[in-house]
Amino acid sequence: MSDGQDPMNAEGMAHTPPEGGVDTSHGPILYLENVSVSFDGFKALNELTLYVDDGELRCIIGPNGAGKTTMMDVITGKTRPDAGTVFFGQTLDLARLSEHEIASAGIWRKFQKPTIFLAHTVFENLELAMQADKGVWASLRACLSAEQRDRIDEVLALIGLIGQRGLRAQSLSHGQKQWLEIGMLLMQNPRLLLVDEPVAGMTHQEMDRTAELLTSLAGRHSVVVVEHDMDFVRSIARKVTVLHEGSVLAEGSMDQVQSDPRVIEVYLGA
Amino acid sequence: MSMLSHGIVRTLLESDRGGRIFLLILAAVALAIPVANLVIPESSSLHLSAYTVTLLGKYLCYALLAVALDLIWGYCGILSLGHGAFFALGGYAMGMYLMRQIGDRGVYGHPELPDFMVFLNWQELPWYWYGFDQFWFALLMIALAPGLLAFVFGWFAFRSRVTGVYLSIITQALTFALMLAFFRNDMGFGGNNGLTDFKDILGFNLQSDTTRVALFLLSALALALGYLVSRYIVNSKLGRVVVAVRDAESRARFIGYRVEHYKLWVFVFSAVLAGIAGALYVPQVGIINPSEFSPLNSIELVVCVAVGGRGTLYGAVLGAVLVNYAKTWFTTEFPEVWLFALGGLFVLVTILMPQGIVGLFARLRGRAAARKSAESGAGEAT
Repeated sequence: MSDGQDPMNAEGMAHTPPEGGVDTSHGPILYLENVSVSFDGFKALNELTLYVDDGELRCIIGPNGAGKTTMMDVITGKTRPDAGTVFFGQTLDLARLSEHEIASAGIWRKFQKPTIFLAHTVFENLELAMQADKGVWASLRACLSAEQRDRIDEVLALIGLIGQRGLRAQSLSHGQKQWLEIGMLLMQNPRLLLVDEPVAGMTHQEMDRTAELLTSLAGRHSVVVVEHDMDFVRSIARKVTVLHEGSVLAEGSMDQVQSDPRVIEVYLGA
Repeated sequence: MSMLSHGIVRTLLESDRGGRIFLLILAAVALAIPVANLVIPESSSLHLSAYTVTLLGKYLCYALLAVALDLIWGYCGILSLGHGAFFALGGYAMGMYLMRQIGDRGVYGHPELPDFMVFLNWQELPWYWYGFDQFWFALLMIALAPGLLAFVFGWFAFRSRVTGVYLSIITQALTFALMLAFFRNDMGFGGNNGLTDFKDILGFNLQSDTTRVALFLLSALALALGYLVSRYIVNSKLGRVVVAVRDAESRARFIGYRVEHYKLWVFVFSAVLAGIAGALYVPQVGIINPSEFSPLNSIELVVCVAVGGRGTLYGAVLGAVLVNYAKTWFTTEFPEVWLFALGGLFVLVTILMPQGIVGLFARLRGRAAARKSAESGAGEAT
């Protein structure tokens, strides 16, 4: 962690989160309780209650309009809940923090479409994402230390792009771009990683690699994956939450969830 | 100290083949020109006239200005259509010093006031002319005037996240507004005649060949240093952040970079570089007037960088020299055709050579290399 970070150098980080980081002494790292959000009368989230344990890998599934994206928006501060509470650990009330404060508290989100720096090499992409003093003058004089290089190499190994380190990001395949972006988020040392439909458009091999990657992250990071692809969810999930009309319909292992008659009804249509 | 700087320059140019070629040519020209003008007798066909020396010096100033624009356009993605304004401001700061140097040798022989002020019946020097009799003060203003304008302008523009075409139009409006302002006599900058009739700089006669050669050499030195500092910037992490801002601004902001600070920093640096170019330009051409603020100049500059190839720095130098040489040729041979040629050039380059001449060479080299490897691959297969 970069303790010497100049608070003026990163946008909105002037208000650093409370000291001591995230308190997960009770188990869960993320608490959503009775959260409701409505847009013009449409209830996107309806008394949603969900807990994610520290170090857990959780999959969220649900038909279109079930509230998956709104839920991510609420956690990252993009959308404010109309009612209910959202806590990160025991102490951080996410409904009161700005998007940047939430990010600096350790919640990072990977959007569906990969957004990486195409003109830069894979290595440079990770270098840019690294936790460091991000002020202008610091960047002018910045020189990678041995530890920083090791950290980048470590992430390169994790996302399986060691061989592509010197390649420009624009020449990567779709799957590799997605992994690179996950790698860029990992450079921030996230506590909680939100991943939005990571395998859309991927080949089967890429899907398998992505499953491996996300599984290997669990334990060190808490990961919440929103995904449509059932085979993929089956291949990684330990615990699955099914959302429907803004609240939790079912929760449990993939087999439990799939045999739940309410889930079958929602998915196959009555 | 020199060992250290030598090492820095070497690492800077390690992966910059174009830059090495450019600096070598620049060094060769900087050695040859003084000899051709001062040593070789006028009777020889190898003798270079003072006019040509000054013309080449002008090209070098334009080249430095083009490097400044490439930094902000090619790397940061901000198309400034008003960079001529910073060039002109640096030029005016130098012009004001040169005016004060005239002293009582003006047409009206006033000990303190420049001719145009006497003509306007002004009784005393306006406050903003104070200090310009000192060279160090003028040097300070050469950097400060364009830098400050860029800072104030950039502060508001980048903070309110004005980007793309809108920003380009505002920069164009900026230089146009300055042109109108400097045209006014009561601004105190000589109105539409501008500042001229310069006599000497630091006591050296501006008409003498040695002074002209010295100014030429200073321009070459400024260009080389400006190039190396710009190369240092784009090679640093700051340069990588700036390119990241160009390619995916919101992403760069998302991972914690204050995008507006980076843009502002590069914009101000670029403006100062442009100001220095303008300051070297004025004593060589002997005049600075509001037409230097003309939007057309800034557009010409953009064409220079586009023709050479943006995002390479040396491409900007190449483009500036080629386009300005073409301009010299056209304006003496077919003056009325020049603007059409300029417009046509811009359209052609945009459509046929989006990466400019430098990009064209890179593509040809890449193709040749691919053919070579394909041939050797076929050779191995049989």
